[in-house]
Amino acid sequence: MRINPEKCVACGNCTYVCPMEAIYIDPITNRAKIDDDECVECYACYNGLSREHLNPTLVRTVRRVLKWARVRFDPEPDVCPTAAFEPNELTWPRVVRRAFSDPRVPHESTGVEGRGTEEVKTNDVSGRVQTGEVGFTIEFGRPAVGVRLHEVQEMCFALARAGVAFEKKNPITSLMTDVSTGTIRPDILGEKLMSAIVEIKVPVSRAEEIIRLVWEVEKKLDTVVALGVGVRCDSAGEDEIVEPILARLGYKLERAKTNIGLGRLNAAQIVQMTPEKVTA
Amino acid sequence: MTNTLHRFGNAESFRDDYVVFAIASKGKNDQDALPKLRRFLEIALEYKPVNLGDARHGGALRPSRDVNPLSHWKRDVKPDFEAVIRGLDTPTTCAAVFDNKPAAEDFVKRIKEEDFGLSVNISTSIDGAEQCCHYAGIPRHSVGYSLGFEGKTEKLPNSQVLMLSTMCGHGMISHQLARKMIDWVKEGRRTPEEAVTYLSRFCSCGIFNTSRGKRILMDAIHQKASEAPVAAEHAK
Repeated sequence: MRINPEKCVACGNCTYVCPMEAIYIDPITNRAKIDDDECVECYACYNGLSREHLNPTLVRTVRRVLKWARVRFDPEPDVCPTAAFEPNELTWPRVVRRAFSDPRVPHESTGVEGRGTEEVKTNDVSGRVQTGEVGFTIEFGRPAVGVRLHEVQEMCFALARAGVAFEKKNPITSLMTDVSTGTIRPDILGEKLMSAIVEIKVPVSRAEEIIRLVWEVEKKLDTVVALGVGVRCDSAGEDEIVEPILARLGYKLERAKTNIGLGRLNAAQIVQMTPEKVTA
Repeated sequence: MTNTLHRFGNAESFRDDYVVFAIASKGKNDQDALPKLRRFLEIALEYKPVNLGDARHGGALRPSRDVNPLSHWKRDVKPDFEAVIRGLDTPTTCAAVFDNKPAAEDFVKRIKEEDFGLSVNISTSIDGAEQCCHYAGIPRHSVGYSLGFEGKTEKLPNSQVLMLSTMCGHGMISHQLARKMIDWVKEGRRTPEEAVTYLSRFCSCGIFNTSRGKRILMDAIHQKASEAPVAAEHAK
């Protein structure tokens, strides 16, 4: 992303809307600038700010007069008065930032928008997490802190050493050069993302071990981690196995995403699928 | 995806927050999902949601590509639900946000009767979702628990800012903008109603709950901090 200096009037609205706090008013040029190393190409500025198309020279003049008179204009805080934001053409490896940061861009590896994962949201159709299993989503950088891929790799290394298999239909897994070790391709390790999700699945008997492993690794990371735990309920709709484990580990469960089981395979698509894919 | 799982707050703070979303699974039941998703949104409208959205185009409050300069003094802040339904042009996650349990319960019951064959999820407190399922006569199929935020939680802002900003799980609502809106409401520069419309326009999936947002802003004025700790509690 770039801010066109010919258009920018240094109103400062955009400095508040950047989730990474990567936009600032340069005191020398008196224009808004983006710290490219911190910017994750989430497009919150470009997509979220409404755009006016005012004449920049006129706006700067008005602002100078108001400033001289110590009068503060109180404009709408979510508007760029001169539509100064212009997307750059992103090339590798920077394009990885946008794929993991702009929720409107579907991940090529999964075809899914957002963070590119379906998790237990479609478990009634995909059968991804079965009875006796626990699906973990380990999200890094959320909320609005950000993460470098080398930090994600630290967790992947530890999980791989524990003999855990990574979910194949996951954007992070698709960037690994060696899934048996959790190694992510080296040319993107320095890239900063809004957030990224590592997905794994283990038997219930290993749930506590995995959580304790995550606790150990997250201490070494310079970001926040959000853990999600997906389970298949019993026929009565209850989970009497995993919830007690989480309670024993000290978690106070407040919120959950509940799949109510209304999904089913599409008959026409079943015909196109090979038998081993029909798992649900 | 809508990314509603890690909304910050304790269970009590979700008493006016029920996100119900429909999603097709890629390659398994997404071929004829578009008309079903559109119908899902149309039905939701009958139950008076506070927001509707799809993951590609956003919610009922959207940024404008060509703002009239007069809008600084008189801006339309009414959500346009019909635009969300009209704009849906590809199978993606569609969400309806309700600010009361009866509406969410009735909607879930109706969706069960419609039998679209799409996956439907309720994102709220664990008890709240269980009660919706019970009301509709559906046993829960699967649950995705949020264990909260861990690691370097000192990088996170205070709980009120976090409750506002995490209503977009993709991080499109910056902590700074949420903090600024709290300040502006405190200073009387904007009403809570105006402040939540600014925040909502940044949420690209349309899952920002404007009712809950107003309540959080009002609590912030009166300095009622959330009791929930920012960091997850566990036996480290």
